[in-house]
Amino acid sequence: MSASNLYTRGDRIFGYANAFLLALFVLSTLYPFIYVLAASVSSGAAVTSGRVVLWPVDVTLAAYQRVLSDRMFWISYGNTFIYTFGGTAMSLAIMIPGAYALSRKRLRGRTMFNLLIAFTLWFNAGMIPFFLNMRDLGLLDSRFGIIIGFACNAFNVILLRNFFEAVPKSFEEAAKMDGASELQLLWKVFIPLSKPAIVTVALFCIVSRWNGYFWAMVLLRGEEKIPLQVYLKRIIVDLNSNDEFASSLLTAEYSFETITAAIMVASIIPVLIIYPYAQKYFSKGILLGGVKE
Amino acid sequence: MRLRLSDYFQTLSEDLRRDWQLYLLLAPMMIWFLVFLYKPMHGLQIAFKDFSIFRGIEASPWVGFEHFGALFADAMFIRAFWNTITISFLGLIFAFPVPILLALMFNEVQNALAKRWAQTIVYLPHFISVVIVAGIVINFLSPSTGIVNTVLGWFGIAPIYFLTQPEWFRPVFIGSSIWKEAGFDSIVYLAAIAGVSPTLYESARVDGASRWQMVWRITLPCILPTIIIMLIIRIGNLVEVGFEYIILLYRPSTYQTADVVSTFIYRTGLQGTQYDLATAAGLFNAVIAFVLVYTANRISRKVSSTSLW
Repeated sequence: MSASNLYTRGDRIFGYANAFLLALFVLSTLYPFIYVLAASVSSGAAVTSGRVVLWPVDVTLAAYQRVLSDRMFWISYGNTFIYTFGGTAMSLAIMIPGAYALSRKRLRGRTMFNLLIAFTLWFNAGMIPFFLNMRDLGLLDSRFGIIIGFACNAFNVILLRNFFEAVPKSFEEAAKMDGASELQLLWKVFIPLSKPAIVTVALFCIVSRWNGYFWAMVLLRGEEKIPLQVYLKRIIVDLNSNDEFASSLLTAEYSFETITAAIMVASIIPVLIIYPYAQKYFSKGILLGGVKE
Repeated sequence: MRLRLSDYFQTLSEDLRRDWQLYLLLAPMMIWFLVFLYKPMHGLQIAFKDFSIFRGIEASPWVGFEHFGALFADAMFIRAFWNTITISFLGLIFAFPVPILLALMFNEVQNALAKRWAQTIVYLPHFISVVIVAGIVINFLSPSTGIVNTVLGWFGIAPIYFLTQPEWFRPVFIGSSIWKEAGFDSIVYLAAIAGVSPTLYESARVDGASRWQMVWRITLPCILPTIIIMLIIRIGNLVEVGFEYIILLYRPSTYQTADVVSTFIYRTGLQGTQYDLATAAGLFNAVIAFVLVYTANRISRKVSSTSLW
C-alpha cells in the first residue's frame, strides 16, 4: 500500500497547507541572509536607492576592498580567534577534569560540590558585583581576563558530569587493573568514550565566544584588544546614528549599508563553516544536558 | 549515636589520601567557581552601603535599605521593572507558541530531504551573534534606505521610523527574537515528538482518523508534558530578558517602552558608575528571579513528577 492511498483529499490539502506555511517561515528566515549577501556585493548607489531586493545590482567588490583594507578589522578578527580558541581550550581544561572528579560517586564531599555548582544556575551576583570583582582581580582591559573570566558554567559542567557518569564500569575496572592513575583513566578511557559530550561543550564554548560582545565591550578599553563583535557593534550600531561618519562612507562605489553588509558576511563565514558539525552535535547535546539533569 | 570527631578526621584523611588525584583534578574548577561566581556574591553587600570605588567594599559605610528606597522612588526604575515584565509576557504570548507550531509542522513533512534542509535553515539564526541580528534589523528598518520601508513605499505608505518610535520597539524586538530563536527552540519539541509511540498513529489510522485529528488528538497531547515544562522554565525566567540585544536596539527616544531592569543597571552602574544603586537594582531582580525559579521547580515537580534539576 503506497502512502498516497492512505490519505483522503482533506489529508492531502492539510499536507500542502502545512508545506506552504513552513516554506513561508523557512524563506523568511533565509531572506535576511540573502539580502545582506546581495547588498554586500552591490554598488552603494543601488542599495541606498532601494534597487537591491533579492539579487545584487551593479556587482562590485568595492565594499569588501574597503573593509579588508581596514586595520581594525584584521586586529579585531585576530582577537576573536584568540578569545575563541584560547577561551575554549581554557574551558575544556578546567571543566573536563572537574566534571570527571564529580562523576566519581565515591568522592567525599561530592554532594556539596555539586550543590555549589548547581546553585549558580539559580542565583548569581549580577553585573555590577561581577564587574567590580574583575576589577579587584586586576582583570580589566586584559586578554587573560576575557579568557579566564568566562571559562566555566554550571550547565556545561552538569552535561559533562552526566556523560562521565554513564560510562560503563567495566571500562574503568579494566584500566584500573593495569594500575592507571586517575589522570590516565580520564585521558585514555573517559575522554575517548565521551567524545560527543566534549564536542558539544566545545561547540557551545566556541559559538558563545565567537558571538559574545557584551563583556568584551565592558571590560576591554584598549583598541588593540577588542574582538570582532565589539568592532561590529561600533560600526553598525554606534555609527549608524552618526550621520557624519555614515555619509563619509557614501560614494558611488560603496555606502554605509554595503560596508556593514560586507563586515557582517565576513563575520558569519566562520560560523557557516562549523555549522554543519554544530548542527549534528547540538541537538544531541541539548537533550543530553537538559533532560537528564 | 554520638559523632566522634576523631573518627571523622580518621576517615576524612583516609579518603583524602585515597582520592588525592581526584581532588587535584577538581580543584581548578572549584576555585574558578569560588573566585568568579561566589566572590562577587560577597560584593553584593554594596547594595546596602554607600560604596565608593576608592574606599573599597569593606571600608564603605553601611546605609541599610537607603538604595532600595531610592529605587522604588525612582520613576525610571519602576518603568524599567514594568517594561521587563511586559516584554516577558508579550514574549510568552507571541514567541512561546512558535517553536511548538514549527515542531508540529516539521513532523508533518513527508519528504525527509526537504525536512532536513528546512531544519538546517531555521536553526541557523541561533548561531548568529546579536550584534549581526541588530545590524540586520537596523538595516532593514532604516526609514531612508531600508528594504521594509522600500516595500511599504511600493504601496504608497510613508516611511515608518520603526526604531525611534516607542510603540514599535516591542513588536520589533519580539519579532526579531522569534526570527532568531524559534527554529532552534523547536528542537526540544521535535525530540518529544520523536518519542511518541508509532502504534498510536497506526491504530488511529485504522480507525480512519485524518492527519489533522492525529496532530490534535495524538501528537499534541503526547508532547504536552514537554510544553508544560518549557512553560514553567519560561515563567521562572520572567524577569530575564535578552538585555544584550536590547542595548543594541534601543535608544533614548524608545526608553519609554524598551528600558528594562538589566539595561537600567548597565546605564546607572557601568556607564554612570553609581555602583551601589545599580547593585541594589540587580539584587532586587535576582531575588525575584530566584523565587520564581524555585517556585517553578516546585510546581514542575508536582505536575510532572520530574523536577528540572
